[in-house]
Amino acid sequence: MSIIEAKNIHKVYQETKVPVNALNGIDLQIEKGEFTAIVGPSGSGKTTLLNIIGGLDLPTKGDIIINNTNIKDFSSGKLIDFRLNNIGFVFQAYNLIPVLTAKENTEFIMVLQKRPKAEREEKTKELLEAVGLSDKMNHKPGQLSGGQQQRVAVARALASQPQFVIADEPTANLDSKSTNELLDIMAQMNKKYNTTFIFATHDQRVMDKARRIVTIDDGKVVNDQKFNR
Amino acid sequence: MLVALAWKNLWRNKLRSAVIITAIAIGIIGGVISNGLMTGMADQRINSAIANEVSNIQIQNPRFLLNHEIRYTLPAQTNWVETLRKYPEVKGVSGRLDCEAMASSASAGAGITAFGVVPKDELRVTDIYKHLIAGEYLNNRQRLPALIGKKLAKKLDLALGDRLIITLSDTSGTITSGAFKIVGIYKTSNDMFDASSVFVRKKDLAAVLSFSPRLVHQVAIRLKDNAATDFVARRIKKDFKSAVAQKEIVVRSWKQIDPLLQSMIDMMNMFSYIFMMVILVALAFGIINTMVMAIMERTREIGMLMALGLNKKKTFTMIMLETIFLSLAGAAFGLVVSLLIVHHYAASGFDLSAMGKGMNSIGYSAIVYFRVDTDFYITTVFMVAIIAILSAISPARKALKLQPASAIRENNL
Repeated sequence: MSIIEAKNIHKVYQETKVPVNALNGIDLQIEKGEFTAIVGPSGSGKTTLLNIIGGLDLPTKGDIIINNTNIKDFSSGKLIDFRLNNIGFVFQAYNLIPVLTAKENTEFIMVLQKRPKAEREEKTKELLEAVGLSDKMNHKPGQLSGGQQQRVAVARALASQPQFVIADEPTANLDSKSTNELLDIMAQMNKKYNTTFIFATHDQRVMDKARRIVTIDDGKVVNDQKFNR
Repeated sequence: MLVALAWKNLWRNKLRSAVIITAIAIGIIGGVISNGLMTGMADQRINSAIANEVSNIQIQNPRFLLNHEIRYTLPAQTNWVETLRKYPEVKGVSGRLDCEAMASSASAGAGITAFGVVPKDELRVTDIYKHLIAGEYLNNRQRLPALIGKKLAKKLDLALGDRLIITLSDTSGTITSGAFKIVGIYKTSNDMFDASSVFVRKKDLAAVLSFSPRLVHQVAIRLKDNAATDFVARRIKKDFKSAVAQKEIVVRSWKQIDPLLQSMIDMMNMFSYIFMMVILVALAFGIINTMVMAIMERTREIGMLMALGLNKKKTFTMIMLETIFLSLAGAAFGLVVSLLIVHHYAASGFDLSAMGKGMNSIGYSAIVYFRVDTDFYITTVFMVAIIAILSAISPARKALKLQPASAIRENNL
């Protein structure tokens, strides 16, 4: 069953004198539990596509249906609530809240969801253990390595119990060891919770782990391959 | 968690927060000290005016107030001093003769007000005896004694023991005069009063005027507590309502006797609030600048929070809380330091003697004891809170305008 269905997605940026066509009719379906990489050269439109799938941006034309809900016409307030309860994010540059500990960063999203304290604490502990950071719960981001910070970001993304997790170049700032550890953790989470992961990446190591690779160029899907891994 | 997050965010750039907190604190200290100084000066002026000049309450014949003719005395059938002395709030009552007169020495003359007083009664009403700088207070052993102010003594070139001629017209309009001996020279904090007020015994002045010793122009009432003035004035009016209704007497508090004093004090009070508001408005620009900088530095982080699901209301609240915390931290720091300074100068007094001469000439003492009402502190906290909320609006709106998709790709400052 598709949890994400992008139909004839177009995106035109009008900020400059000459409009920029970032996406030119993308059609894409993503099933529950996929571990998919969206790849392509710089400027191909992969981040734009990811932003639209993640509800951070709206298409100029086309429909984006998530779990049978078309979010194309959502107001910005409704989109925020939708993201909070349906989508997890892991960004390129760590993006944790620097003044909060690993535990507080993970818990933060559940506070926004108004979940009970006991449930939050249990889930936080479980997730930080799952990403191998149970001994760093009270460390602030500045006291963690880049790889550890990304693992906290993964724990935070999963804390909201999302339909899927979007990860935009999550390994771009990591060394090989940290990249492999992070990818292993995300693969484990994918299997353990059956959470769908969608990456935008240039990183061959990510592509090597992905079970589906969607290649886009000039705002169009030019290749879509599935692998048995 | 938003409250905790806002508080923690405040301390991310400790130096910047410390600078604006210190600026707010200094502004508040300046405002509170100026209020303490002005209120202290006003208190002293009021206390000095009550103690030396007007007392708390005066009773007079209303016609005397209109044209100051000496025939308009209070009804003689009432023993005012004995009656009013029985009020529990009253410290002292003095029946006085109050005559416009000319004082002269061998070399000069000056227009004065001659007060005929009963020395032992006057002691409980005015503090002139405390301000004697030479000689002694009036008593019954002396012959035609007079107390004059230093300013008048200088003007008339008189010293202790010298003769002072007081000339005035009696009830029939005939000019009459008496020769008094200067037994004491006083100096209060009001040069104008010192230059124009002479105290003699009532019986001596009555003799010059051919008056019955029972007659008085005014009854001056001094209370144990100044705060009871209005209450006691109302009670006297009630107790003597027939005399008041028949316009035989008029009862006035110091505020009515010297309305300029009260309006000047009200104005000083208003100035302190305006001064504080000006300081806070100036500080608001500093607060706005600090918060806008803080948001520009955290564009990517705020974009990330919005992407995760921090809605506009919560984003707005977070920025508002940060601004309010910043301002209230400055206010708390400023108020604590202000309290210590006010407490210190309330006890030891603030010495303005460098400009003391000028101060005395307008009726103020050179040593000012600070006082700040609790109301002023509370109002200041409210003003800071309002300024903080208003200052927060612009930075918070700036944060709300961020688009998460582009904000998370921003290169922050």
